[in-house]
Amino acid sequence: MSELKGWREVPIAGVCWKLSTEFKTGDWRTFKPIIDQNKCIKCLMCWVYCPDEAIKWDGEKVSVNYDFCKGCGICANECPVKAIEMVLE
Amino acid sequence: MMVKQKVMGLSGDEAVAWAVKQCDVDMVAAYPITPQTIIVERFSEFVANGEVETEFVACESEHSALSACVGAAAVGARTFTATAANGLALMWEIVYIASSLRLPIVMAIVNRALSGPICIHCDHGDSMGCRDASWIQLYCEDAQEVYDTVIQAFRIGEHPKVQLPVMVMLDGFVLSHTLQNVKILPDEVVKEFVGVRKPVEVEIPYLGGKVPLVLDPEKPLTFGPLDLYNYYYEHKMQQHEAMENAREVIETINEEYSKISGRKYGNGLIETYGLEDAEIATIVLGSTAGTVRSVVKQLRKNGIKAGVLRLRTFRPFPAKEIVEALKNVKVIGVLDRSGPFGGYGAPVFLETRAIFYDEDPRPVIVNYVYGLGGRDMHPGLVKQVYDDLQKILETGKIERHIKFIGVRE
Repeated sequence: MSELKGWREVPIAGVCWKLSTEFKTGDWRTFKPIIDQNKCIKCLMCWVYCPDEAIKWDGEKVSVNYDFCKGCGICANECPVKAIEMVLE
Repeated sequence: MMVKQKVMGLSGDEAVAWAVKQCDVDMVAAYPITPQTIIVERFSEFVANGEVETEFVACESEHSALSACVGAAAVGARTFTATAANGLALMWEIVYIASSLRLPIVMAIVNRALSGPICIHCDHGDSMGCRDASWIQLYCEDAQEVYDTVIQAFRIGEHPKVQLPVMVMLDGFVLSHTLQNVKILPDEVVKEFVGVRKPVEVEIPYLGGKVPLVLDPEKPLTFGPLDLYNYYYEHKMQQHEAMENAREVIETINEEYSKISGRKYGNGLIETYGLEDAEIATIVLGSTAGTVRSVVKQLRKNGIKAGVLRLRTFRPFPAKEIVEALKNVKVIGVLDRSGPFGGYGAPVFLETRAIFYDEDPRPVIVNYVYGLGGRDMHPGLVKQVYDDLQKILETGKIERHIKFIGVRE
């Protein structure tokens, strides 16, 4: 708790003083998407459907940003070649 | 310096519209509801005639009207809206959001009984319902005060140490629809008095330091994000502090305004009459104060040591000032124009009793509920209250702590 600020220190009105990317929101996931790179055809349907922009594409490989992935499983459901498996955390 | 003013025959609602017209308001959003309708009707005429540069948004509901004000105020605009009773009830969700986002919106509330049964006439149940919503609440006695208070409200809410929305209350029909001679300040004097809204600054490390607390794509801020157990409480403390700061600001602005207009309302928080030597007194809000004062005047002529305290500011509650003003009074009657339903008494009574708990000697404090749904509080009924207070003073006997005045058995 020591890193938390007091009420006189934080900006009023409840505005954020940190960028939203600093808040890692992927910690309440129950199932974790695992991509089988051998099956992946790089169609990027998972990237299109992910509601949290948690799918990364670096030009060569598709991966998941687990800092923000909530484990909703939409990517696994949409994957046309079933390359994504939802594994219990 | 006091300036020359013109006198106009205005209803309370029109007095609001005139004040808003002169306050250089950027945006007005509203939805009509009796008895508030005239305010926005008049104001929309000013807009249509090109007399103001205000953006006027006619919304599809009160919830939308206050939401639109929240958006505009967050951009840094000076905003105004007005409503009454069920309109305020429909705004409820946004009432709390406006204050927690620290947006100095000014809202005129034309006090009207809440449905049901449906009633368009005055009581204070609507605004009393949001007494804990962190809005400043100022109750006016006549149309002149309504005009003056709306002008002051922008300064109070926008003060850097306050940054809270302000409700200005006027009694439905009694004030809203009744014509009165109202002294109007010249446009340029009001414009100078209210100035231009200047947003406060907040420290945002990712933007490299202090930035204005407004929505600006160049310096992006997130308004209204999720705020859980680790910071919500801290933000509420800030609102509490802002309310505490508001007392002094209301007093200062009341004083400053008197210098240009020649009018002031007590110390801005409370206004007293006959309390120098009073043994019995009442506390009252709004237009009823005039009736009470005339009854007190008569009683004092007859040798009764009576007085009255009009509570102009209900939020923040001027506890210290009330105790000081009533310290020699032996029996206090609190007049409440809202129901106590299930409580020990109505709102003003409860707070009054609480602030006298530590006083020694402690006065007798009783509650008189009156005027629900616009039931007339005529001088005869006020006299009845003072007779009752005098009886308590003489006999020391309290029949009941809560009495309902003017209801048929």
